[in-house]
Amino acid sequence: MGTHVIKMPDIGEGIAQVELVEWFVKVGDVVGEDQVVADVMTDKATVEIPSPVSGTVLALGGQPGEVMAVGSELIRIEVEGSGNHVDSPTPIAQATVAEPATSTPTAAMQGAPAPHTTAATTAPAPAAAARQPGEKPLASPAVRKRALEAGVELRYVPGSGPAGRILHEDLDAFLHAPKSADLRPAGQARRTDSEQIAVIGLRRKIAERMQDAKRRVAHFSYVEEVDVTQLEALRQQLNQQYGQQRGKLTLLPLLVRALVVALRDFPQINATYDDQAQVITRHGAVHVGIATQGDNGLMVPVLRHAEAAGLWDNAQEIIRLAQAARSNKASREELSGSTITLTSLGALGGIASTPVVNTPEVAIVGVNRMVERAVVVNGQIVVRTMMNLSSSFDHRVVDGMDAASFIQAVRRLLEQPACLFVE
Amino acid sequence: MAEILKTTLLIIGGGPGGYVAAIRAGQLGIPTVLVEGQALGGTCLNVGCIPSKALIHVAEHFHQAQRQAEHGELGIDHSAPTLDLARSVAWKDGIVERLTGGVAALLKKHKVQVIHGWAQIVDGKTVAVGEQRIHCEHLLLASGSSNVELPMLRLGDAVISSTEALTPASLPQHLLVVGAGYIGLELGIAYRKLGVQVSVVETRERILPSYDAELTAPVADTLKTLGIGLHLGHSVEGYEDGALRLRNGAGEQLQLAGDRVLVAVGRRPRTHGFNLESLQLRMNGPAVAVDERCQTSMRNVWAIGDVTGEPMLAHRAMAQGELVAEVIAGKPRRFQPAAIAAVCFTDPELVVAGLTPEQATAQGLDCLVAQFPFAANGRAMTLESRSGFVRVVARRDNHLVVGWQAVGVAVSELSTAFAQSLEMGACLEDIAGTIHAHPTLGEAVQEAALRALGHALHL
Repeated sequence: MGTHVIKMPDIGEGIAQVELVEWFVKVGDVVGEDQVVADVMTDKATVEIPSPVSGTVLALGGQPGEVMAVGSELIRIEVEGSGNHVDSPTPIAQATVAEPATSTPTAAMQGAPAPHTTAATTAPAPAAAARQPGEKPLASPAVRKRALEAGVELRYVPGSGPAGRILHEDLDAFLHAPKSADLRPAGQARRTDSEQIAVIGLRRKIAERMQDAKRRVAHFSYVEEVDVTQLEALRQQLNQQYGQQRGKLTLLPLLVRALVVALRDFPQINATYDDQAQVITRHGAVHVGIATQGDNGLMVPVLRHAEAAGLWDNAQEIIRLAQAARSNKASREELSGSTITLTSLGALGGIASTPVVNTPEVAIVGVNRMVERAVVVNGQIVVRTMMNLSSSFDHRVVDGMDAASFIQAVRRLLEQPACLFVE
Repeated sequence: MAEILKTTLLIIGGGPGGYVAAIRAGQLGIPTVLVEGQALGGTCLNVGCIPSKALIHVAEHFHQAQRQAEHGELGIDHSAPTLDLARSVAWKDGIVERLTGGVAALLKKHKVQVIHGWAQIVDGKTVAVGEQRIHCEHLLLASGSSNVELPMLRLGDAVISSTEALTPASLPQHLLVVGAGYIGLELGIAYRKLGVQVSVVETRERILPSYDAELTAPVADTLKTLGIGLHLGHSVEGYEDGALRLRNGAGEQLQLAGDRVLVAVGRRPRTHGFNLESLQLRMNGPAVAVDERCQTSMRNVWAIGDVTGEPMLAHRAMAQGELVAEVIAGKPRRFQPAAIAAVCFTDPELVVAGLTPEQATAQGLDCLVAQFPFAANGRAMTLESRSGFVRVVARRDNHLVVGWQAVGVAVSELSTAFAQSLEMGACLEDIAGTIHAHPTLGEAVQEAALRALGHALHL
């Protein structure tokens, strides 16, 4: 038996520190070759770390949320044969460069003695493995009876005993686990419970980025209403005519088109501002960041070269990016390099919003709810489909006049959608 | 016509399933009536488990006495024993009476009303016993099973079932046993030990066909040692003029002379003769189909024990009886045992619980299989037991024990440890890490687990 140590890999871009997001294994687990053992995250993306060897996990090198140096020991695996590691008297720990973000301090190594190794002919008993789907839960008659009387289906209860046996303690833990809030009757009892959630991983990244943007950027917001009656009619017409072959269009690719066309006359809006170097870079390409709600929080995948693609191409790319971001499969490239950002909450868009500029960009365009309203047109009250655009700009480098003119240009394009297609 | 008797629970059958259900129902305060046509205790206490064990005990002692009389190695010399069969049967009857009397007392103590007579089902809530009509909310079928009869071997005179074989007025010269299942072999071996010449006929190619061949090999050795004739692969065509007509696999006819024929070809659920068919219950082959709460396809009609089919074991019926009373009392219960051990009181005894290696493989489990022979167990030697072994079957990945088998003198008592380890979800390490008292047969259980782990100590 030897020990194989996996070190925190250098995942590119000269990054010296990597945040450990999640473990997929625990001490005592058996891992196979290529099995993903952990997720780690850089500024840009989450990366899965696979195990290059098969064996039993001996020790984990950190807690989720911990920022670890590249090259520090990530995980220790007991393998057949000699492994890649000769035991030194003092194991790792020094490699840790930052405090764990979790509130409960624990040793850097969640060490546990290796499963006892017996004579030779058989392998040691592996620790509790998760039940395979369809496998019968294992529990003593007393536990089974208690579960039945408590109305608990044992197949939903994780077992911590040998061979995954469900113990009385496991049943206790299951019974006392907090139920989701909506299941709880709205009583009038005074509540004293609270829950602490470690701000780690993507959440921490979002927090840092938002704080940074709000601290550095001189935000100003501008809200304008847009009559999208014709745009909606066009969209429905296009979907009716081409929906079958080319896929359905949402409002987003049309908005992207409006940005692309309007930005031709407002190069100062499609720009990034490096406030350290005091340089504004005006971009020819329009790389539109699409703010997307993922399972773990906000992500901004980037629709690259929107200026060079057709309506449906952009539409498909937006759908693909959104799915990739939601399922945490977006690559670093897909999550960086935008020149302007579009944010839309769809039906939740509200009347107005004050979006936060996605630094180092200088503009973000927010889309509010589309709604039918009574509007005065030529002295008549008529029903029109109205929608607000709420935009924020970095006032350090974008003047109010330019910003307003840009949004007015976008409005004109959206209200007269034929103009969208005039080259 | 008598007044209609009303009760909450009515139980048809006073065997191990029915009487246990009645006792538990009484404990739970459920008004209960139990109808039994013969004797309380059913097949098990009257004509099954208990009397057969008594007869086997008598036979064993007689056999041992004979062995010692022939200058046995234990150094006990005495004159040749003689058998007073009437006294033996009376002793056995005494045990049966004590037990059935005990059941009656327990039922009385728990305020169960026992009605002696044959029940006839009127509908799902009404039963007639003679003139008496009983109306109930819950009807529990615990009618048990009966011996399977062969059309070419009608019972009567020299042709008997296990019931008659357990109460012999005299011993035959040559007993012909039809069926080499556990009933046929238990009684056949007992008769042989009582001094009767015994021949066993079986249509299949081996004895105890429901157990694996390795496990039954020591029993086959005993049959040979005792001089019991074995006719495997022979079917029976009839019995005339003091001889069984057999046909072998090659189609040849032959005669097997004998003055008594024991038909022991299995048991079938007792579903006829009391108008059960009028309920139109869903059936599972010849048995009444029940769900995991022992409920039949008709609401508030329940069934337990042999009438619900295999495995037809008294301890299963008792467990179901206890369970169904609690279900009727409104408790959440499910009959989902991890294992039901089965014991065979042949010489040597057999016990199985959980999966055999073959069954485990068939279920797609990758298993470790290890046995420990009693030849290496001190206690077995002092019991003059040289053959047999304990075998464990455990999953290779997490060492969970999924099955036990054992064959050897007195191994029936190991069934407790086997069943408990399976119900508790024990791993090999749990068994290996439990100190087993010395000197006992149970040490072989620990050693089997150790051997599966690769380090048996006494081998």
